Amino acid sequence: MKFKGRAHKLGANVDTDAIIPARYLSTSDPQELAGHCLEGIEPDFMHKVKPGDILVADTNFGCGSSREHAPLAIKACGISCIIAKSFARIFFRNAINIGLAVLECEEANELHQGDVIEVDLEEGRITDNTTDKVLWSKPYPPFIQVIIQHGGLTEYTRKRLDEI
Amino acid sequence: MTLAEKILSLHSTKKKLTPGEFVEADLDLVLANDITAPLAIEEFHRMGAQKVFDPRKVVMVSDHFVPAKDIPSAEQDKMMREFARSQNIIYFPPGRGIEHVVLPEEGLILPGYVVVGADSHTSTYGALGAFACGMGSTDIAHAMTLGKIWMKVPPTVKILYQGRLKKWVGGKDLILYTIGKMGVDGAIYKALEFGGEVARGLPMDGRFTMANMAVEAGAKAGMFPPDGITAEYVGKMEHSLLSLDEDAEYEKVMEFDVSLIEPQVSLPSSPENTKPISEVGNIEIDQVVIGSCTNGRLSDLKMSAAIMEGRSIHPRVRLIVIPGSQRVYLEALREGIIEAFIRAGGVVSAPTCGPCLGGHMGVLASGERCVATTNRNFVGRMGSPKSEVYLASPAVAAASAILGRIGSPDEVLSPVS
Repeated sequence: MKFKGRAHKLGANVDTDAIIPARYLSTSDPQELAGHCLEGIEPDFMHKVKPGDILVADTNFGCGSSREHAPLAIKACGISCIIAKSFARIFFRNAINIGLAVLECEEANELHQGDVIEVDLEEGRITDNTTDKVLWSKPYPPFIQVIIQHGGLTEYTRKRLDEI
Repeated sequence: MTLAEKILSLHSTKKKLTPGEFVEADLDLVLANDITAPLAIEEFHRMGAQKVFDPRKVVMVSDHFVPAKDIPSAEQDKMMREFARSQNIIYFPPGRGIEHVVLPEEGLILPGYVVVGADSHTSTYGALGAFACGMGSTDIAHAMTLGKIWMKVPPTVKILYQGRLKKWVGGKDLILYTIGKMGVDGAIYKALEFGGEVARGLPMDGRFTMANMAVEAGAKAGMFPPDGITAEYVGKMEHSLLSLDEDAEYEKVMEFDVSLIEPQVSLPSSPENTKPISEVGNIEIDQVVIGSCTNGRLSDLKMSAAIMEGRSIHPRVRLIVIPGSQRVYLEALREGIIEAFIRAGGVVSAPTCGPCLGGHMGVLASGERCVATTNRNFVGRMGSPKSEVYLASPAVAAASAILGRIGSPDEVLSPVS
């Protein structure tokens, strides 16, 4: 899988209440959730974001609640992938499970707001077309690669059930 | 092996586990609530599943937006209830209690269990020596279907609490202090094992509070090795787990001298932003919430009520008290605790997560400040993005309700003139 989009920078410890406040959790409709994505920290985010854009964050992205509504909202906004120095573990699992690409990259801070970024998920290569810098993400463990190849956990589990 | 490694190995095909390894763990209990279950149920159907792996091992609890706060919440709750009924799983209806208070009370959690729940505070069950962690709805759908889930074996950080606790210092203060020292990302992907003489002497309620908030340091699990206090609570015990391996390998061992720890307050907008009560300064407040999966148990309410008894809350302050379960509520009624809150000017609600996540029953307006015994003080957590949440123990919360500002119980009980 390959992605190309503009970098949208966020800081450290972006929590799930900032990504999607709990008051919107009485629905699980991705489009409705997308309308409030990141409202907690950037009230006009959904107007700024363009399909394919890439979120670039510091450490501990997605900390807090287990709400899968958080990656669902981000994905439904049109964000193609998230690059962060590190992720909170539940968010990381949730993103992989729903088919939202998440890349752990120590040097994420070297990417700037508005840079045009290209990502090759298989190779883990992150190319900043604006600065010509090439960064590498931490490789996925084989277990997770299998889930990604299935497009998410639901499809993976469905196959496993078929095999039983 | 550490406690976490031991439990995971007993639930997998591997006899010996080391951190970083992947296992598919057999599950003893799978949990979801009225916010996370609807998504899990949708995915369950999309997976083509017909039946949960074992109806006695799947639990759903109506506790977040119930009694239903609006029509969409009522629809979500209805969807979950109908699923629970059709699958014949264990189900607790609205008002029955908050999941992490109810499940241990009902004897559904035992030492040595592996539990996953679609709620980040599932880590609470580590208090009983279970390996318990939060996951998202799709993981939970998978878990409900197959009864197992993949996990990465976490490295364990052992935290030793030594010394003697000061007055008014309990589990909440210890965990806030620990998060302040470690940071909200200090334990990402790790298991915390709480030890030392103070942890060993800590009653169950304090242990629940600490394990509950382990996730606020990023931890996958927060665990107390099962001991006599655990055995007394659950009534029985997996004996093989009683002994900790002498040669267990920890990633790190931290040690805190609790004799130096004052009651702690986490200032906005991160749980790691902790200060001892004496350094908080004069902060006027509008609301106090006592309750939640963190501090909604009987001893929490008892501690607050002891400070409230015979006093009135500050005229500017709204006090909302939420017993964590009907069992807690009933016992508090019998002991005169509920009466003490109401006589002091407080409002007592049916058990719900409600205000902790800005759902209902005490949402904050812009510019308002709340002292809460809950677990998170992120921007907008309890309502308006322009409101503020200060996390503290039930004792500090009760004292603050009376003072109208953040303050210590000593200021209420022995005021300095």
